[in-house]
Amino acid sequence: MNIDPIILTLIVFFPLAGALLLALLPDRGRTMQWAALAVTLVTLGLTLHLPFHYSYASPAGSFQFEQNVPWISAPAIRYHLGVDGLSMWLMVLTGLLAPLGVLISWRAVDSRKKLFYVLFLLQQVAMMGIFASLDMFLYYAFWEMSLVPMTLLIATFGRSEYRRRAAIKYFLYAFIPSALLLVAMLWLYAQTGTFDLPKLAALAAGNAISPNTTALWLASLGFLVAFSVKVPVFPLHGWLVDAIAEAPTAAVMVLAGKTALYSMMRFSLAIFPEQSHRVAPLMIALAAIGIVYGGLLALVQHDLKKLAAYSTLGQLSFIVLGIFSFTVAGLDGGIYQILNESLAGAAFFMLLGLLYERYGSYDMRQYGGLAQKLPWVVTMFVLVSLSIIGLPMLNSFVGEFLILSGSMQSGFAHHHLWTAVAATGVILSAAYMLRMIQRVFYCELGTKSQAVTAWDLDAREHLALWPMVALFLTMGVASPLWMRAIDSFGAAAASRLASVQCTAPTETPSLPTTSGGVH
Amino acid sequence: MNSMPASYIWFIPLLPFAGFLINGTLGRRLPRVVVSSVALFFTAVPAALVAWLWATMCTASAPSSVDSVIRPYGYDWINITGLHVDFAFTVDHLTLIMLAVVTGVGFLIHIYSVGYMAHEEGYWRFFAYLNLFMFFMSVLVLAANFLLLFVGWEGVGLCSYLLIGFYFKKTSAAVAGKKAFIVNRVGDFGFLLAMFLLIVHFGSLSFKEVFATLAQNPEWQQQGAHFLPAIALLLLLGAAGKSAQIPLYIWLPDAMEGPTPVSALIHAATMVTAGVYMVARCHPLFDSSPLALTVVAVIGAATAIVAASIGMVQHDIKRVLAYSTISQLGYMFLACGMGAYAAGIFHLLTHAFFKALLFLAAGSVIHALSGEQDMRNMGGLWRKIPVTFWTMTAGVFAIAGIPPFAGFFSKDEILYRTFTSSNPLHIVLWLVGLLTAGLTSFYMYRLWFKTFFGEQRTKQSGDGYPHSVHESSWIMLLPLVILAVLSVIGGWIGIPAALGGNNGIEHFLDPVFANSAANEAVTASGHGLELVLALISVLVAVAGFYFAYLFYYEKPGTASALAQHNPATYKLVKNKYMVDELYSAFLITPLLMFTRGVLELMVDQGLVNGSGAVAGATTRGLAWITRKQISGNIRSYAGWLAIGAAAVITAMVFGDALKGLL
Repeated sequence: MNIDPIILTLIVFFPLAGALLLALLPDRGRTMQWAALAVTLVTLGLTLHLPFHYSYASPAGSFQFEQNVPWISAPAIRYHLGVDGLSMWLMVLTGLLAPLGVLISWRAVDSRKKLFYVLFLLQQVAMMGIFASLDMFLYYAFWEMSLVPMTLLIATFGRSEYRRRAAIKYFLYAFIPSALLLVAMLWLYAQTGTFDLPKLAALAAGNAISPNTTALWLASLGFLVAFSVKVPVFPLHGWLVDAIAEAPTAAVMVLAGKTALYSMMRFSLAIFPEQSHRVAPLMIALAAIGIVYGGLLALVQHDLKKLAAYSTLGQLSFIVLGIFSFTVAGLDGGIYQILNESLAGAAFFMLLGLLYERYGSYDMRQYGGLAQKLPWVVTMFVLVSLSIIGLPMLNSFVGEFLILSGSMQSGFAHHHLWTAVAATGVILSAAYMLRMIQRVFYCELGTKSQAVTAWDLDAREHLALWPMVALFLTMGVASPLWMRAIDSFGAAAASRLASVQCTAPTETPSLPTTSGGVH
Repeated sequence: MNSMPASYIWFIPLLPFAGFLINGTLGRRLPRVVVSSVALFFTAVPAALVAWLWATMCTASAPSSVDSVIRPYGYDWINITGLHVDFAFTVDHLTLIMLAVVTGVGFLIHIYSVGYMAHEEGYWRFFAYLNLFMFFMSVLVLAANFLLLFVGWEGVGLCSYLLIGFYFKKTSAAVAGKKAFIVNRVGDFGFLLAMFLLIVHFGSLSFKEVFATLAQNPEWQQQGAHFLPAIALLLLLGAAGKSAQIPLYIWLPDAMEGPTPVSALIHAATMVTAGVYMVARCHPLFDSSPLALTVVAVIGAATAIVAASIGMVQHDIKRVLAYSTISQLGYMFLACGMGAYAAGIFHLLTHAFFKALLFLAAGSVIHALSGEQDMRNMGGLWRKIPVTFWTMTAGVFAIAGIPPFAGFFSKDEILYRTFTSSNPLHIVLWLVGLLTAGLTSFYMYRLWFKTFFGEQRTKQSGDGYPHSVHESSWIMLLPLVILAVLSVIGGWIGIPAALGGNNGIEHFLDPVFANSAANEAVTASGHGLELVLALISVLVAVAGFYFAYLFYYEKPGTASALAQHNPATYKLVKNKYMVDELYSAFLITPLLMFTRGVLELMVDQGLVNGSGAVAGATTRGLAWITRKQISGNIRSYAGWLAIGAAAVITAMVFGDALKGLL
């Protein structure tokens, strides 16, 4: 049976069916864990259908596995799903992180398991929907839907008494800009009469959305601000640290980055190419500052989760830098880095979670000398740190290298300066990660590490971590396997944006080959 | 003998990697003899392969370089529109010399380690890391493009980090490892930016393509394109990090926290010379910028003399050698800055022999004294550990520049090339180099006298002094003897024509450096000058010996009297010119204070979460409403929101249908 035409629907709604199933099952023993694991594994299997049946030779800019049926005639809303080089691997990634999240929550979540796993699956539905939707209205439904399970996960399963505050903060930070996004979307519909993304992008390319440039500007800002808050881009990251500090491990793994970065590329760049051009220098500057800012703040934290939060801010800023360089290398590297950051970040949070399970603390001052006691844990920590640091032959290096080289090639003002500023991130990431390793694992035994007898990785944890490590290595040495699909999107997007650059009068194009030196 | 197929080159790095995988995963459960056999086997075979490769490349009809590319999964390593990077290796005569050093000296040090580490915990870990190092170092010297070189570059840095911090329970070791990695990262920052500029201006990272493009565009240099010096200087920053040059040398002395074989292999013979190799490899880029070359030379000369002066007053035997390494690397940079790349590589080669020897011999001394590293607690050891003494003597004479030992020829070549260079600073640089030669001779003989001669100052151990001092086992002495022989005769491959030789190494490297501008200028000047200069440098070396003899053998106490006479100077040098303290006071502390005070308190908690004041007020407002309505239960609050959202969406979606119904 050829399931290509309905595969995306299956992927998006299978976790929903799973959530219903879990809701009906009795919450006894390990039933919830096993059922959630089974559901997420099947979903992962379904997502793996995509790369194996993807037609890599198809022309750039086209969508595959499309399903496009009218849903509502007025307003014209269609049930339009499809993937391209941008979204395909993101769906596989979302499929992969879910079973790992279940494995890592196995013991960590031991009360109200039904609620936890149902919300967890709903969150996955929303993310899959965001990546697959090509109709803006449908997209928006999933986008809003993603807020609720996450807010509830933080509020219910957060680690301290501040969890509700963190949840409200997260919700408001995400919800208010989303309202702006909705307004902008409705305005677009009023101008064009369609919610269909490919149509909107085609209109935008012909500069035919609206003659009212002010309104276009406002609409583009509505999109950009909503996405920037959700990434988050410095200085809109007010929710991030609290949310990461509170949220349970499985939720943190999918909390930040992916969906909003995807949306920037899918919507902001496609529908508002000219406005994106104007705002790009600002975004580049904010990204470069975010890298340094995140790195410096990570360097002075004692709380491991806060360290990880600021590290996440820095890593995500790299991706923003790549996207807004508008170069092939920057966009390709940015998309690839979404995968890498998600994997490495998720692995980092998994490790922090299992440390917390054993010792009940995220304060690194209470640790020390663990390398003597937990050789496997330290091995994994070092591997994950090396990935985050961007050691060549591991995944993140390819992404970061391409992003920074793309940023150096970009035509925007001061690109040398901002590339140099951003590149200091490689020093800072090494500094804060190695500081953490030293404090937690080396030197003398600390108070916690002395007081508590802990076990090294068990089979379940090995099972959750080794796929990550295997991916770090293969994605580091065999990037073209992923890049084949990604590059078709990146190259097309970059050339589309470059053609806009020629028409935009405010731009000061400077050919890369005529400038040199680092400011 | 048949010539070696090019694809076999891949076994040179991959075999040590296999050794790493075996020992790294299973080593914990394997007996020590198996662990060391695995490690030795997987380094011996690459050494043999290098010998075969050498034989292949030196036949009359051999091409000047051999290339090999693999695409294990059908694609390049990185392949996007506009940029391709391959897993590509290339072997030319420069690579051959580096490979010989890496696999040859590396194998000898592996043998030594079997004895040295015999009683240590984490034996398997040590050999796994050591093999991993061999993998990355081979990749570094074999790489045919900048990015693959960078893989090796970062990889050896990782191994250095892991091995410096090998005794990770010791805080000083853990901190030293971290410091080495971070300082190296500062250099890598420069290396990365250089690569980005290369991509922008050359569109490629392959050595061949970049240098060909450079050769095709001579107008760049004539018109003074800014990017050429920028790239060269950024690469130099990278090289300064890895090769411990000013201003990034501060990590290497601390790196002595690692086990002594690591100091010999990584922090003397191979990894730290990677910067010199990189500058030599990229010589067309440096040649295209006189400014960059002068900076290379000045940094090299300054590092040479500063490190040598610090080395004179250290008491820890390994620290003396560490500063000596920094100083000798400075010589190599000086040579490169003068455009005398072959001389720099020649010194790299002889230095690998004698410095590895000195470290291993120092390790043998430390071993004999059960861990003692302070020279003030040594003395009179030469009868107790004769093999160590005699081999170390060969090393000391070699580094001091006494003919016919190896160091004399290479160092003399550098000084000669500096003197005859057309660089405006050449006389100053030559004087600095000469003075450094004198200081080097002085501190090395100081080490020699303090360790092996005079009275025995060894602390009484529990079971008494005479029993505790013991010569090392044959497995440690064998590498010492081989390296000692090489330290004696190793320089003979480069005897200059003035002394009746044929400048062998320079001709060997001709295919690599033939285009280098500085190369031709020299042969013109006469042999008489070269002999005079050689004589001067020998006299300086002998003077260094004489003063060391006077201070530390004939009249011990002279040195401390001198130190008391100039307390301020002595203290400044003794404290390494306070450079670590300066960095800490003017860079690191202010940065951390700024981060905590301004960024964290004011920006993050003030502005970011306060621009959140708006959001915060809204939060409170909404929370108040919520409390009023649904008793402040956040879950029901969010539940209401969800239901509300669902209702709105339903109304919008099914609006038509509802309208129809009405």
